[in-house]
Amino acid sequence: MPRRLRIAAGLLALGALLVFPLVFTLPFPRHVMIMIFLYAMLAQAWNLLAGYCGQISLGHAVFFGAGAYTSSVLVKQLGLTPWLGMLAGALVAVALSQVIGYPVFRLRGHYFAIATIAVGEIVQTLVINWDWVGGARGLFVPLKRPDSFLNFQFHESKQAYYYIALGFLLLALWITRRTERSRTGYYFRAIREDQDAAASLGIPVARYKLRAMALSAGLTALGGTFYAQYILFIDPESVLPLSLSILICLVAVLGGVGTLWGPLIGAAILVPLGEGTRVFLGGTGKALDLVVFGALIVLVSVIQPGGIMALAQRGRRRTG
Amino acid sequence: MTVEVLLQGIVGGLLMGCIYALIAAGLSLIFGLMEIVNFAHGEFLMLAMFSTFWAWALWRLDPLLSLPLTAGLLFLLGVATYQGIIRWILGAPMLAQIFATFGLAVCLRSAAQALWGADFHLVRDPWVQGRLSVGGLYVGLPQLVASVGAVVAFGFLYWFIRRTETGLALQATAQDRQAASLMGIHTERMFALGWGIGAACVGVAGALLTIFFYVFPDVGATFSLLAYVAVALGGFGNVPGTLAAGVIVGLVEVLGGLLIAPALKYVAVFAMYLVVVLVRPQGLFGRF
Repeated sequence: MPRRLRIAAGLLALGALLVFPLVFTLPFPRHVMIMIFLYAMLAQAWNLLAGYCGQISLGHAVFFGAGAYTSSVLVKQLGLTPWLGMLAGALVAVALSQVIGYPVFRLRGHYFAIATIAVGEIVQTLVINWDWVGGARGLFVPLKRPDSFLNFQFHESKQAYYYIALGFLLLALWITRRTERSRTGYYFRAIREDQDAAASLGIPVARYKLRAMALSAGLTALGGTFYAQYILFIDPESVLPLSLSILICLVAVLGGVGTLWGPLIGAAILVPLGEGTRVFLGGTGKALDLVVFGALIVLVSVIQPGGIMALAQRGRRRTG
Repeated sequence: MTVEVLLQGIVGGLLMGCIYALIAAGLSLIFGLMEIVNFAHGEFLMLAMFSTFWAWALWRLDPLLSLPLTAGLLFLLGVATYQGIIRWILGAPMLAQIFATFGLAVCLRSAAQALWGADFHLVRDPWVQGRLSVGGLYVGLPQLVASVGAVVAFGFLYWFIRRTETGLALQATAQDRQAASLMGIHTERMFALGWGIGAACVGVAGALLTIFFYVFPDVGATFSLLAYVAVALGGFGNVPGTLAAGVIVGLVEVLGGLLIAPALKYVAVFAMYLVVVLVRPQGLFGRF
């Protein structure tokens, strides 16, 4: 597509997204869209570290949880506005990412992936046993009436949540685009392709891995705060489980890792599938939709490991 | 804390560690053969336990009696997994390999939940029950039988790999796929066999666990995490190393529970693993 056409298409899509909540006023379609934005943003954050820099983390729930817990505890204990809590959460996540990353980045491949699982399990267990943040019972974010921007609560209509989530997604896309085209992005990809070769060319591998981790963790934490303010309840089972870490990667993998649009495509497919089957299969529990999920993941991995983006690119190459 | 409690804990940890080792052995074997981590390993264990449970519930077969059946079923499951999924992703990037087995794990676990519900099941009145008292220490007989069984199975596996011709062919394939195939070894068949045996190990471990442990769809999660830690601790692909690593995991779990807090026993295990790989990134007995 020529550049001008692409810009026009992009503006059109953005316009459509902006009017969406004005057309669809029911809570459910808005909720689905919010979840798509949230998961696309989380998957994009993961993608920055795993897709571009090649470090496959299976413990990203730690950073999501850090964002959710930090802002919620600050609201509850100090009455601090979640907007500042969100920044604090991002800082906590970045700090955590450096503490975790420094040792774990010495490991490669499967050792790295398993170590990140181990870190995730440690953090979840510690929070379960940490009474000050609610322990296993979790934490209710105090409900504020009426809705206000300062309180980050908009429960009368979910419209504001919609635009905030969309904003976060655009932020994640923008950061990824900037990174992609910067020296940092090239370093990331060099490390992904061959970290020894990258080191021999003078790239400070350890420093750039930590940078990727910080960027990824900070963005993930923003998502965590958003989730806490949207649901108003968090516990270790909902914001820190291994299954969340995996779901985040799945979204990116299905869409296509190491690409700008992959995570968004993955979220646009997986989230409605998940929410839809949950609603339609209702009482049977979460199991049946996850059977479909699982089978889908296996299929994508076997048939097209590059995800849907790779499929689209192959199609484009064939047509012209 | 008295010395008895500590000793009691150490004995329990040793026994449990033997079972962890057998679970981890299957994982390690598969990794050594083709550098793929089976993230559905815990779900294989869960299926083995359900198979044992249903053999008891439907036909009143004791877990020890249905053990060969379960091992055989899991062998077939392993081979089927290789033929249906793994064979197609041998050359794929690591991410695809991780998610192929992850997807399988999600699928199997949720299928189990859809089919059998999330309830806990227990085989009541197994042949072995009760406990032994040795010099003031109590040892649960089911646990003892299970870990002796695990050690026997481990020994058999080791003998098979090291002493039989097929085992040597497996080793050759693990070392150099191309050279092995030039020597007339059917490497594809060796891969399938490796998956079969790896899953059969979990089959035996699952059947033995069912004597004294609850069966439910998520049961594999904890065990498989501990198995990954054991495999990485022992050094990927090093089958004898996993025996030591499995026992270490069992011991740290119990001692962590006793000395720190029961709720934090897995934290102790994972922290121990992180400390070890910090010093030796390739694991305790790893070559590379």
